[in-house]
Amino acid sequence: MYDAGKVITGIIIFLVLVTFPIWFNIASGEAAYTPDPTIATPAEQCVESLEYMKRNHMDMLDEWRDIVVRDAQRTFVAPDGKTYEMSLSNTCMKCHSNKTEFCDKCHSYVAVDPYCWECHIEPEEVTDGNR
Amino acid sequence: MGLIIALLAVALLILIATIGAGTLGLHYLFGIVIPYASLAVFLIGVVYRVIIWAKSPVPFRIPTTCGQQKSLPWIKSSKLEAPNSTLGVIGRMALEVLFFRTLFRNTKTLLAKGPKLGYSSEKFLWLAAMAFHWCLLVILLRHLRFFVEPVPSFVGLLQPLDGFFQVGLPIIYISNVLIALGLLFLLFRRLFDPKLRYISLAADYFPLFLILSIGTTGALMRYTSIKANLIPIKQLVTGLFGFQPVIPAGLDVMFFIHLFLVCALIAYIPFSKLMHMGGIFMSPTRNLANNSRIKRHINPWNPDVKLHTYEEYEDEFREVMKAAKMPLEKE
Amino acid sequence: MADNIKKPEELAQIDFRPPRKLWTNPSIEFRKGTFNYAAVPEKAEYLGLPHVRKWQPMDDDWQIPDNWQEIIFEGMRERLDKYRSFRIFMDICVRCGACADKCHFFIGSGDPKNMPVLRAELLRSIYRKNFTLAGKIMGKIAGGRELTIDVLKEWFFYFFQCTECRRCSVFCPYGIDTAEITMMARELLNLIGLNIDWIVTPAANCFRTGNHLGIQPHGFKDSIDFAVDELEELTGVKVEAPINKKGAEILFVAPSADYFATPHYYTLLGYLALFHEIGLDYTWSSYASEGGNFGLFHSTDVMKRLNAKIYMEAKRLGVKWVLGGECGHMWRVLHQYMDTMNGPADFLEEPVSPITGTKFENTRSTKMVHIIEFVSDLIKNNKLKLDPSRNDHWNVTFHDSCNPARAMGLIEEPRYVIRNVCNNFHEMPENTIKEQTFCCGSGAGLGTDENLEMRLRGGFPKANAVKHVHEKHGVNILLCICAIDKATLPPLLEYWVPGVEVGGIHEMIGNALIMKGEKRTTDLRGTPFLGTAKGDDEGKESAEDV
Repeated sequence: MYDAGKVITGIIIFLVLVTFPIWFNIASGEAAYTPDPTIATPAEQCVESLEYMKRNHMDMLDEWRDIVVRDAQRTFVAPDGKTYEMSLSNTCMKCHSNKTEFCDKCHSYVAVDPYCWECHIEPEEVTDGNR
Repeated sequence: MGLIIALLAVALLILIATIGAGTLGLHYLFGIVIPYASLAVFLIGVVYRVIIWAKSPVPFRIPTTCGQQKSLPWIKSSKLEAPNSTLGVIGRMALEVLFFRTLFRNTKTLLAKGPKLGYSSEKFLWLAAMAFHWCLLVILLRHLRFFVEPVPSFVGLLQPLDGFFQVGLPIIYISNVLIALGLLFLLFRRLFDPKLRYISLAADYFPLFLILSIGTTGALMRYTSIKANLIPIKQLVTGLFGFQPVIPAGLDVMFFIHLFLVCALIAYIPFSKLMHMGGIFMSPTRNLANNSRIKRHINPWNPDVKLHTYEEYEDEFREVMKAAKMPLEKE
Repeated sequence: MADNIKKPEELAQIDFRPPRKLWTNPSIEFRKGTFNYAAVPEKAEYLGLPHVRKWQPMDDDWQIPDNWQEIIFEGMRERLDKYRSFRIFMDICVRCGACADKCHFFIGSGDPKNMPVLRAELLRSIYRKNFTLAGKIMGKIAGGRELTIDVLKEWFFYFFQCTECRRCSVFCPYGIDTAEITMMARELLNLIGLNIDWIVTPAANCFRTGNHLGIQPHGFKDSIDFAVDELEELTGVKVEAPINKKGAEILFVAPSADYFATPHYYTLLGYLALFHEIGLDYTWSSYASEGGNFGLFHSTDVMKRLNAKIYMEAKRLGVKWVLGGECGHMWRVLHQYMDTMNGPADFLEEPVSPITGTKFENTRSTKMVHIIEFVSDLIKNNKLKLDPSRNDHWNVTFHDSCNPARAMGLIEEPRYVIRNVCNNFHEMPENTIKEQTFCCGSGAGLGTDENLEMRLRGGFPKANAVKHVHEKHGVNILLCICAIDKATLPPLLEYWVPGVEVGGIHEMIGNALIMKGEKRTTDLRGTPFLGTAKGDDEGKESAEDV
């Protein structure tokens, strides 16, 4: 007995499952989508280099939070010697004031759900939905 | 021997990716050509292997019964351990594939003075196998966030669950910890159990080292200062899966190593014991109903053989049968 | 027992640490007591087997054909194309080692090549080298080996050191069944004329005379008639035992040892008493006077040739259905192979018990019922008068034979019967019974004195379980429903656990059965019943359900 029907069904199920990303991307037509975060109130310079911020902003925010909450220390000295107040709402959001157009762009692209806004109040500008 | 070969093989793979994608900057080769090639090898290879298996028939119905058969109506039969219906077989296979039912039965034999043999339950292999396989699935599903755009909602649901304890930032996934523990147990078992060490081949160590390396490079990119820039990574991967391949700027060598090892793993599957993932479904001692006296199983090559008929038998023994007053066909 | 066998204490000094050397370069020493002798040429010739010649395993030159490798490879290719099990089991083992300490031969010998995984690797390494891409390219690194004479000798040694009991397949996460691999290896060995006598001779005898022992029809009749007389002496009841009777309702087929060997013989007396008491219209057959099938241990072809007799005889005699006696591997063949090989049995009727009217729906295609199923139904329907106290001198335990347990699932029926005919029943530890039962160590054609040491080693786990209940509960008889068990367990138990007898369930039924007009004070072995015989007592009603 060969059970050809069952084997072929099995092969098809296998192929459908493992090629899920292929047909999902083709169906959505978003395979080439690239997020383009924009800053509403641009400043000349962030607290660290752009490349550093892309990869490490989450660690920096985490660190800031700990230092502020535990040590009541509020001053951050940047590599270029400038000082900033360690504050998400007062420092970061001053330039990056548009959460939907900035933070959410990349976060939703790679499905990251930071818990910043569990404590902080979301900036008011959040009105229109994501892209 | 096998251990060293396997270690060297994985080291060589890492070296190839480091030099190829790092030093030589062959991003197109390592980012597009090799992933497509290995995906093709994987898909075609697995299907080919299954078809080869399927071309050989199952001539006899040979389930291993691990429980009571269905016989008289008042005897309770074991529907999952000795199934006699398709539904029972599906149940048995589901238990096997999803929960490793058989490994759960594992025992350890001990010989004490006397001589006295004892058998103790030995669940660690089951536990490690469950931890490894299930975590591998969770990690794979979590990775869908880099594979497809937009990210399906179930993937988003998986992450907070997997990072339930909210330890560290980025949050440490439970699956990452468990898969490491599972893999290390499977590896140490092979190294330190003399019986296992004796039977282990390079082909047994290689996948362990390979998957450990994939896990390690992945963890380095998530948890350490060798942070990955996820945006170009996802652009590359969705481009591949959407057949619109691009090499975005900002890809690191660590990512290429990770990707190359994954490619090596999936391309290796069809040639290796890792085909057990398909084989388990086709194992005739597990996937057949124990109903061979109820329904005739057909053997497509049932051979014609030389028989010894009653007539030939009587011809040979007619005289003695007659003398013993036994009934005869021909007097 | 042979004198060169070590004492039990010495034999039980088992070292489970594998040697430091790699396993891949074999050198087999054919030491007396650990292997089986080659087939007698005339018997192999009678079956028409290939490359018949006089040779012995301890010879340096096995006189195999020059192109033996070619024959083996061709044979492997053919079997890979014929058996999905062979292909899959060659491909998917991950060497997790779950099977390692599940084999009775490994437990009893400590020889790492008796771990099921390694036994299979002996063949798998050759498969990898010659039939897989990775093995062809990378050879040793991919776990491949060259097929050399030493590898061949190793095959012969270890594949005739497996009893095809399937215990490993219960524990393998993919259900890899070493029995299946051993069968393939033995078929391959047969292709170049490597067979053992203990398999080929019974098979050839069975082909010619209808039974393993080569008993001719008149001898068969004598044995049955003698048993009828003996039963009359023991019980005072004269029973009928028809042979080759056309038009009987049922054909009864039992293993031939039942009418020729002890303690099987008491089981035969039990059958005869039972069939008489229920007035069964049945017949024995001299042509199909063997339920056992040593073809199973040789090759599919020989198995089919021997098994064909049962249906051919059932058709000739015009019976309605077939009843089968107490036997282990016989039931593997009847349950899993017969209908496929020699069916469809469309000239028979769906089995119905003529006594209770019960339809044996689980046998509606094969039309062959196990006698324990048949008796369970009789007891359940109160058709037997039983006095279990007549077995009070027996403290019994039950050994599940490998094939009924793991290739059939006949687990509760025998227990139900035992509980109804014996008052003192004690189970062995759970890891040694039911689907986890240990083999007697002598199945699959290995039950000879030639390899006695290996048999004692292989039987050690089972004997040790018996010893446990012997010491704990005073068990003095091990019941089993397998002719090979009954032949090989007595010397095994005498060696490991003296003071425990071996018997069949039908012996106990025969003891407990209250027959009309009986006059008896002893059991079927002639041992007086405890207390006075309660011949006219009402026997315990069969209330106990499973």
